[in-house]
Amino acid sequence: MNKIRVVARIDVKNEFAIKGIHLEGLRKVGNPNTMARNYYNDGIDEIVFMDAVAAYYDRNSLSELIQEACKGVFIPITVGGGIRTIDDIKNALKSGADKVAINTKAVKDPNFIMQSSKIFGSQCIVSSIEAKLIKNGKWEVYTDNGREPTGKDVIEWAKHVGELGAGEIMLTSIDKEGTKKGFDIDLYKSVAKSVSIPIIASGGMGQGADAVELLENADIDAIATASVLHCKMESVQEIKNTLLQHQIKVRI
Amino acid sequence: MKIAIIDYGIGNIRSILSAFENQGANVFLTSDKGEILKSDGLVLPGVGAFSHGMKNLESYGLVDVIKEYAALDRPLMGICLGMQLLFEESEEFGKTEGLGLILGKVVKLPTKDNQNENLPHVSWNKLNSNKVPWKNTILADTEEGSDMYFVHSFVAQPRDSYNILSLTEYLNYHFCSSVKKGNIYGCQFHPEKSGPTGLKIINNFIRMCEA
Repeated sequence: MNKIRVVARIDVKNEFAIKGIHLEGLRKVGNPNTMARNYYNDGIDEIVFMDAVAAYYDRNSLSELIQEACKGVFIPITVGGGIRTIDDIKNALKSGADKVAINTKAVKDPNFIMQSSKIFGSQCIVSSIEAKLIKNGKWEVYTDNGREPTGKDVIEWAKHVGELGAGEIMLTSIDKEGTKKGFDIDLYKSVAKSVSIPIIASGGMGQGADAVELLENADIDAIATASVLHCKMESVQEIKNTLLQHQIKVRI
Repeated sequence: MKIAIIDYGIGNIRSILSAFENQGANVFLTSDKGEILKSDGLVLPGVGAFSHGMKNLESYGLVDVIKEYAALDRPLMGICLGMQLLFEESEEFGKTEGLGLILGKVVKLPTKDNQNENLPHVSWNKLNSNKVPWKNTILADTEEGSDMYFVHSFVAQPRDSYNILSLTEYLNYHFCSSVKKGNIYGCQFHPEKSGPTGLKIINNFIRMCEA
């Protein structure tokens, strides 16, 4: 089994790192670059920068941030939010990103996943899926950072993006996002059973123990956290130590 | 001391540039023959398909330049696809001839039932010893079992086992994760994306270029 990756997710609005609850009520929490460097120095495995309002305003603006981050962060970097053309991906990669996360554009035009994974390789294309529970065992896909319902079923959509060539899925539970009350384990169990590509679980982690509970129940490859790190509740090393204590392999 | 990173229109080189700068190297991007031959160290980066990489090297007129550089016995390092290009040939999309600086070929990572499901290999993974000493190589002072960052579907199979500097295991297959032949080095992993250990490897290479 691959090592479980611990990923820091930094949502960005203008030049600030922000954090909300259920992807809403955004407040500033710091400078995204300083935060990325701190997490890198503390042993994080990957960084994801998400432009929280890009899809909404129809733009993407993280290239400068990525260029700066690359000078001090020597691990894989993913950028998401407002990626909607092949040129957007080229720019992100040229700025130093290793992967791009695509949500809104993929829902509008699923072939974009196929087209971009053919050009840049599957390893480069992360399908970002925002899921909201509608009834027991059923989740709906949302776009525009949790604003727009799409009528799509999360499990079916996850299978589909895998077939289209996405290399990874970053699956965010809107219900749990920002709550620090733990992951939506049923969601990850259901999706992990249905797809073969790696899944990054995002939304709800409040402590290392939440990750342990998730990983012991669902076949997940990576866990993303924002609040735990942004609010300095636990350090990267503390999270990894908790995982190690439960015989979960991580990079030390 | 100047280290040249070959720019042949392939892949993301900004992070390699940043990593070398971070370790104090005077480093520059170039596809100019004269600048390459004057440099004290040469880095061949690259991601993507082998045939595409060779085609680009040819259209930039760099194949003979790299061979000429290697003959000077100055430090040369291939990263990811750049490492694979050092070998004689690859089976990716039919047979493609490589630079032939190290004997051996490049093959698809063997997976269970030859399913592509587990490819590419994208993961942090361990460097294990091949009983070839790491002292005075790019892996000097790197601990066995260190985790490096990998993104690839193909691997090099050096003909001579003593060229294999480290092995890494994926799906029960032990592949060559770094290679050494004289002053020519290759890393299948991305040292520029592998945290402090990766930076240490880059630093070792820089020291060699200074020597």
